[in-house]
Amino acid sequence: MFPYIPISKSDEDHMLKTIGIESVEELFKAIPPSVRLDGDLNLPLHKSEIEVRQIMASYAKDNRDASQWTCYMGNGTYDAYIPSIIPYLTSRSEFSTAYTPYQPEISQGTLHAIFEFQTLVARLTDMYASNASLYDGPTAAAEAAAIIFDKAKGDTLLVSSTVNKNTIEVVKTYLKYRGLKVKLIDAKAYETDMDDFLSKIDDQVVGVLVQSPNRYGYVENYDPLMKEVQARKLKSIMYADPSSLGILKTPGEYGVDVAVGDLQAFGNGMQFGGPHIGYLSTTKKNMRKIPGRIAGQALDRHGNRAYVLTLQAREQHIRRDKASSNICSNQALNALASTIYMSLMGKDGIKKVAINTTNKAHYLYKGLLASGQFEEVYNKPFYREFLIKSKLDIKILQERLKAHSIMPFYVLDEDERILQVAVTENRTKKELDHLIQVMEVLS
Amino acid sequence: MKVLDNLMYNQAHEWIKVEGNVAYLGITDYAQDMLGDIVYVELPEEEDTFDAEESYMTIESVKAATDVLAPFECKVLEVNDSLEDEPEAINKAPYDTWIVKLEIADPSALESFMDAKAYEAFCEEEA
Repeated sequence: MFPYIPISKSDEDHMLKTIGIESVEELFKAIPPSVRLDGDLNLPLHKSEIEVRQIMASYAKDNRDASQWTCYMGNGTYDAYIPSIIPYLTSRSEFSTAYTPYQPEISQGTLHAIFEFQTLVARLTDMYASNASLYDGPTAAAEAAAIIFDKAKGDTLLVSSTVNKNTIEVVKTYLKYRGLKVKLIDAKAYETDMDDFLSKIDDQVVGVLVQSPNRYGYVENYDPLMKEVQARKLKSIMYADPSSLGILKTPGEYGVDVAVGDLQAFGNGMQFGGPHIGYLSTTKKNMRKIPGRIAGQALDRHGNRAYVLTLQAREQHIRRDKASSNICSNQALNALASTIYMSLMGKDGIKKVAINTTNKAHYLYKGLLASGQFEEVYNKPFYREFLIKSKLDIKILQERLKAHSIMPFYVLDEDERILQVAVTENRTKKELDHLIQVMEVLS
Repeated sequence: MKVLDNLMYNQAHEWIKVEGNVAYLGITDYAQDMLGDIVYVELPEEEDTFDAEESYMTIESVKAATDVLAPFECKVLEVNDSLEDEPEAINKAPYDTWIVKLEIADPSALESFMDAKAYEAFCEEEA
């Protein structure tokens, strides 16, 4: 049963006898049978190394990735371009460590890179301060909730249904074990329903979480919502796609309390949906409540510029029980990739990519509608992701895409045949035209 | 150690200056000396109300981060915003630097406060 654990049958018997049980199975008694595998895994007997390699290689041949098939999937993970300089620099041996070395005596380079990352994120989001990054967008959203619940009197966070599903689930899980609640705001025509938002505000509501552009790619105008939030002294968290911030209204411009999101599309691969990299930036007022690591700039005893971790001692080491978060990790290597990406692209570059992406997404949208196979869902402003309704049976459509080496579309609603299509700067005009052409000849 | 005659004190080493049902509150010279260099004061929100003994702010110095408890049932009328940028003012001039302005719910709560002389004696005893 455990072919890779080098103990003999007599070793096992000796160990079982020592702890007074009959079989290894007994050790797993505590796990309810309903969630346990009934019987052994269906695995073949041992093979030689050569055979294992051949079998695995034949399985791997069936995989299709974004380098082979054109990818129009999004929903939080994007097939964005990674400039060659990024893997070249991040693979340097100085950065190849399983654990980020934070000791200032030996880690000035790493700390300096983190400091630059924070500056870039704060400027991109128009917020006052950022931390050194978090695991991913969803956990950053959950940490943001912890900030606004700190010393708050209520126990409820309102979350718009137009926030990405995964993010909502992660926030719910984090809050559940703190005795806090998530109440969803209904969506109306794929946008946050203002009336439902207003009707759900009671004295237990502390704040609200919204997403820009929303999970369907639509650009919601949050001005009316923010006006109500501020008038009622509620707190606000905005989950914002960083790649959109070169052209869309930033969290800082909206006046939110905490900005969060995911920087995967800034220099990091899709990596099967993770590891990604979360960002969190906030106001000066919340600076001391920022979870995780923060690198600060200081002077050493000779008066030279030096970088150190800062503002974390109080909550994380001295008063752990009072802390709004005990997270101590960040995603340093991915943050480094995003730092290089942002400094390489600059303000103008980030803006140009966003405009380029938006143009391509709108070009494809119009082309697909013109192909005759699709109908509009709503005529709303969108960024690089949009909804479209298929006139064809979805299975037939997806098979057709596969036959042309195009990845199937993300299906939002199978019954209504609503698909979600994402376009990144990686898509060429030729690819977009090919997709439109494939649709045109379909009948 | 400096103590002013026109103020009232409690055992938490806070001073108050009472005007009707309003009290300005700060920490004493003795307290700032014990805490060392103050680097941050987490102030309560204006308009919030607190029960006596309820934690309502935090004073962080290079030595420790200390929760401060409300001395009596009160409502926060005003906080000293200048402390956000200049927390060291408490070290420099503890009696000129009020931290919060409180509305006193029940004036009888003031009976437990000491005058300057009694507070001085209390500090000597504690030392």
